Formats: sequence, structure tokens, C-alpha cells
Amino acid sequence: MGDVNTFIQQVPLEYFIILSTVLFCLGVLGVLLRKNAIVILGCVELMLNSVNLLLAAFSAYKGDGNGQLLVFFIMVVAAAEVAVGLAIIAMMYRNTRSVDVSIFNKLRG
Amino acid sequence: MENLVYAIVLLPLAGFLINGLFGKNLPKAFVGGLATLVVFASFVITTSIFLGFKSDSAPVVVKAFEWFRVNGIQVNFGFQIDQLSLMMVMIITGIGSLIHLYSIGYMSHDKGFYKFFTYLNLFIFSMLLLVLGSNYLILFIGWEGVGLCSYLLIGFWYTNEDYGKAARKAFIMNRIGDLGLLIGIFAIAAQVNAIDYLSVAENSSKFALDSSAIIFITVSLFIGAVGKSAQIPLFTWLPDAMAGPTPVSALIHAATMVTAGVYLVVRSNFLFSLAPSTLNLILFIGIATSLVAAFIGLRQNDIKKVLAYSTVSQLGFMFIALGAGAYTTGMFHVMTHAFFKALLFLGAGSVIHAMSGEQDMRFMGGLRKKIPVTYWTFLIGTLAITGIPPLSGMVSKDEILTHIYAKSPLLWGLTLFSAALTAIYMFRLLFLTFFGEFRGTEEQKHHLHESPAVMTIPLIVLAILSVVGGFINLPHFIGHGHFQKLAHWLEPIYVYDIETPEILFATEMILLAVTVIMVLVIFFAVKAIYVTKKKNALPEESYTGWEKLSARKLFIDEIYNAMIVRPFEEAGKAAAMFDKAVLDPIVNFIGLGAQDSGRAAKRLQNGNVENYVLIMSLAIGIVLIVNFLLK
Repeated sequence: MGDVNTFIQQVPLEYFIILSTVLFCLGVLGVLLRKNAIVILGCVELMLNSVNLLLAAFSAYKGDGNGQLLVFFIMVVAAAEVAVGLAIIAMMYRNTRSVDVSIFNKLRG
Repeated sequence: MENLVYAIVLLPLAGFLINGLFGKNLPKAFVGGLATLVVFASFVITTSIFLGFKSDSAPVVVKAFEWFRVNGIQVNFGFQIDQLSLMMVMIITGIGSLIHLYSIGYMSHDKGFYKFFTYLNLFIFSMLLLVLGSNYLILFIGWEGVGLCSYLLIGFWYTNEDYGKAARKAFIMNRIGDLGLLIGIFAIAAQVNAIDYLSVAENSSKFALDSSAIIFITVSLFIGAVGKSAQIPLFTWLPDAMAGPTPVSALIHAATMVTAGVYLVVRSNFLFSLAPSTLNLILFIGIATSLVAAFIGLRQNDIKKVLAYSTVSQLGFMFIALGAGAYTTGMFHVMTHAFFKALLFLGAGSVIHAMSGEQDMRFMGGLRKKIPVTYWTFLIGTLAITGIPPLSGMVSKDEILTHIYAKSPLLWGLTLFSAALTAIYMFRLLFLTFFGEFRGTEEQKHHLHESPAVMTIPLIVLAILSVVGGFINLPHFIGHGHFQKLAHWLEPIYVYDIETPEILFATEMILLAVTVIMVLVIFFAVKAIYVTKKKNALPEESYTGWEKLSARKLFIDEIYNAMIVRPFEEAGKAAAMFDKAVLDPIVNFIGLGAQDSGRAAKRLQNGNVENYVLIMSLAIGIVLIVNFLLK
């Protein structure tokens, strides 16, 4: 196991960047295009995790553990966010029998 | 003594506050009694200070607190007790309490009774600040205060639109003078770095005689005096001020407030003595005012209007004295005039009261028998103002004439002519009102009655004062100046030497004889016209030539309207047009622009969360692309 860093460094860094960019864009598109609140929440998670991946990759390339530290922070915050987000969606569903966000447009100018 | 000085000023203020806050629910007797008592108490206190004050006592400055200090000029809120301020306070509180007493009777049927006494007390308070203040700024506070009270009291019966207009006219014309006074005070502060009388007097010697700085200061102060004391060209407000209740005319517009200008000049004698050119200006304005006002007084038919023009004319006499450098004589005339003019106004009030509100003398006549107390006291007042010896008016007026003769016999002639006009209109007033047949309606005749005691007692007291008031400053030739008590009393307040005219005893006798004979001749001539020939009820339309000029007040109001009021109105209209045509569209454009852009931006916030995210993502994308391109 000894040298995970060396192993990871065998993969070019551009691959990681391209992969996480693709994942991030998928997440953004999901948020933009889907109406289902649960899917939107999943897409937000996707964006967060694409960033996590990038951070972990950079961390490995630089040999600096701080990036991985930040990844754990993001994971904890994301877990908390999901808890709150799902609770909101549950309340949404109870009140409207639907998880379609397009009917929640009361905050109109 | 300090506490006593505070009491003098604060008692009327207390009366003002109590009557103003609670007077509505208090009985009339209490309101009137309280207002009169506080002023009378001030008078008693002043008298006690006066008795302990010697003619050579140094001025006492009572400092309440330091008001502010700016740029090295320290301004205290304090009062100065000296010979001059004591004299003025005696006049104000003495005559003030008599007029308060009189008002209890005169205003007894008015529903604004408590309001009237509230204003009167406030007036006395302001007037006391004016004369007691130890520096020019306190004088200015009082100056504005009396102006305000004058406005309030002229417009006391504000439901009459003309009265409201008269009040505004008085206020606005006074503002012009006030600005002069304010500029004068600033100029003093800039020049000598102090505005309290004692320091300014001390440092006044730094001014060269007739230097431009001193002329600027004195002329500015004099403009203030011109406004307050109704001199040419700002005198037209005073006759209109007769719209107020008669006691107000007596107190404010005859005895006290209008003499504030004279007080200001005498108080600033250390400045005016250094500016002979300004004194000459004062002299000429005084003569012109006394002549013009006396001329207009000849053919006025409203009893109060005659007295108003007479007041303007007499104020002119005071300024003649000041212009001749005879400050004491000016103050002397202030005092005697306060006695007999207050008496005349209160007498006129009593006549109006008896006539059920009628003020036109052409519809009076024969009141001599019906209201004897008023008649006798009014007669004394008339004889005093016209100059029958040995009444007070004669003594002070003779002093003015003597001083002016020493300066120039020609100006003496003009002043004497003005005195002759005074005698003519006053005797005309007397004969039209009290002699001949009654010319009013039957109803008025039925109602004729003498006024109650609260009104006649002040008349009697003032009549006595009008007789003996002159004795405090008898001419030099009687007892070799031993009886010139007032001149001796006021001596310490003059910083620079006052020259006394050197006139031969014989000349002085001749001048006196000329004056007295002239007045007697006029008496009989006027009597012949109005009593024997009965030329008394001519309608104003029948006036031609000079009579019309006099009755229409020399068309001065019309001239002012055409020259000042109209152009201002036109300028105002032009400014309004500019505002509507140019400024409004600009302001509206900005306002509408903000409104429209807001309405457009509102569409972005449609409540659809995806849209927000889309815009955010696009924006981030644009930022990234721009960033990339710029590299």
C-alpha cells in the first residue's frame, strides 16, 4: 500500500481535472433542468463530490494532507445539508403531495 | 441684587407660562390679575433697585452663565443694570402694569382674554431682555421677541383677513431692519472681538472718527432702529399695526417697543459718537419722518390712525435729538412720549369703547359731557403732546428744538413746522371727538358710557405723569441746571463727551415764546374751523389737492407695492415657471428612470429557483471566459 501517492501520480492530473469538471457540469445541468427536488439535491451532492475528487487529487499530487482534511469537512457539511434538505423535501411532500420545485414560485418579484 | 434682577425678568415669564398653559381654564379675574401683578411686581423690584442706585454708580453686570465661546469671543447670558437700563425698565414695567390693568376692562368681553394676557406678558419679558441684556446678542433675542409679540398682537383678531395682513406687514418690514441690526452685531464682533457693551465701549477708541468701519457698523445698527422705530423708509407698518387691540397700540406701538431703536442708539452712544456722518443721517431721517408722518396725520379720520402717525412723527423727533448728539434729550422724549402717547391711546380706546367700536372721528363729536374722565385726561394728553407749558411734552420737545437750533436754524425751522403740524392734527382730533354735536347713530348715542374704573384709573395716573413728567429735566435756565436731574442721571453711560449747546438766554426765551405762541394760535384756528364753522364730517371723496395726498398717505403704500411688492411677485412667478418647465422634468426623469428600471429588473425574480441558478452559472461562465481571454 506504501505508496498510494506514487500510484495516483501515474495517472496524469489532467484526467482528474477533466473528470471532475464533467461531473460538476452534470451536477449543474441536473440542478438547472430537473424539477424533482430529490434529484436536485442529488445533483448538488454530485457537484460537491466532484470538487472533493479534485481536492483529493491535488492533495495527492502535492503530497500535502491539508486538501484531504478539507474533503472531510465538506463531507460532514454535505451530510448535514442533506439531512436538512431531505427534511425540507419531506415537509414539501406532506403539504403538497409533490416534490416538484416548479410549483414553489411564491417568492416572485 | 442679583436675584432681584433675575426676578424682574422671570416674573413676566412666569406669568406668560402660567397663563399660556393653564389660562384657558382659569377665571378671567385670575388671568388678568396675575398678568398685571407680575408686571407690577417687576416694577416694584425695579423701583427698589433704582432707589439704591446712585447717578454715579458703576454699571452692574449680572452673569447668569457663559452662553458660548467662539473664535475668542465670549458671550455670556447676563444682564446689565445701569442708569439707562433702569430708566427703560421703569418705563416698561410702570406703563406696562398700567396698561395691563386697563386691558382687564378693555378686553373683558373678548373670548381670547387669556391669550391676550399671555402675549402681553411674553412681550414684557422680551422687552426686558432687550433693555437689560448685557450684550448685543441678548438685545437681539429681546428684539426678535418683541417683534414676534407685536406680530401676534397686531393679528390678535386674526379672523379678519386685513388684520392678518397688517400683522405680516409689520413682521416682514421689521425683518428688514433686523437684518441690519444682525449685520451690525457681526461687524462689531469682527472688529472688536467682543459684543458685550462694556468691552465694546472700552475698545471703541480704536476706531478713527468717521472711519469706514465705524460708519458701516453704526449705519447697520441704525437700519435696525429704523425698522423697529418706524422711520422712513420702513415706517408704513406702524399705522397698519393699529389693527391690534388698543392697549397693544398703547403699550407696544407707542410707549415701549418702537422706542427700542432709540434705546439701541443711546446704548451704542460710544459707537455713534464716533460717527458724525451717521448722526447727520439720523438727523435727516428723523426730520423727514416727523414731517411726512405729521403731514399724513392731518387728514386721517380714524382716531387710532391719527395717533399712529403721531407716534411715527414723535419717534422722528426722538431721532432728531439723537442726530443732534443729544442722547439724553432723546431718552427724555422717549419717557414723556411714553406717558402722553400711552395716555392718548388708552383714551382713544376708552372713546372707542364708549362708541361701541366706532373709530371714525367724523361720526363722533360732543363726547366731552358723556365721558368726562376720558375727556379731561385726553385733553391733558393733547396739551402735553402739542407743547403747552409746563406739561411734559413741551419740556422735552423744547429741549429738542433748542439742540437743533444750536446746530442749524434752518433745521430748527423744519422741526418747528413739524411741531406745528402735530398741534394741528392733535387739536383736530380733540375737537372732532369731544366738541360740537354728536354725529353718530341714535343707537351709539344711547350706549355712550364712561369706562369702568380699571380703565379710568390708568388714564388718571398717566395724565398726572404727563403733567409732571417733564419736571425731572427742566431747561437749563431754570435753576442753572439744578433741575436737570435726568441729564445728570444718564451722564455715566456716555463714554465720550456730549457737547451741550451754547445758546444765549434771550435766544432761548424767544424760541420758547415762538413755540408756545404758535401752538396757541393753532389751537384757536383749529377750533374756529372744526367747532365754530363745523367743517367736520366731509367724506374722504371730497378731498382734493394736499388733503387727498394726506388722506391717501402720500400714496407711499401704492409706491412700495409698485416698486417692491409687484416686482417680487413677478420674479416669483417667473421662478415658478422655470421650476415647472425646467426643474420638474429633470427631477421627474430621474424618478421615472429608477421606477422603470426597477420594473424591468423585477421580471428576473420570478420565483423559479432554476432560473436563478441558470443566471448564476452563466455569470460565472462569463467571468471565467473573460478572465481567460484577458490572460
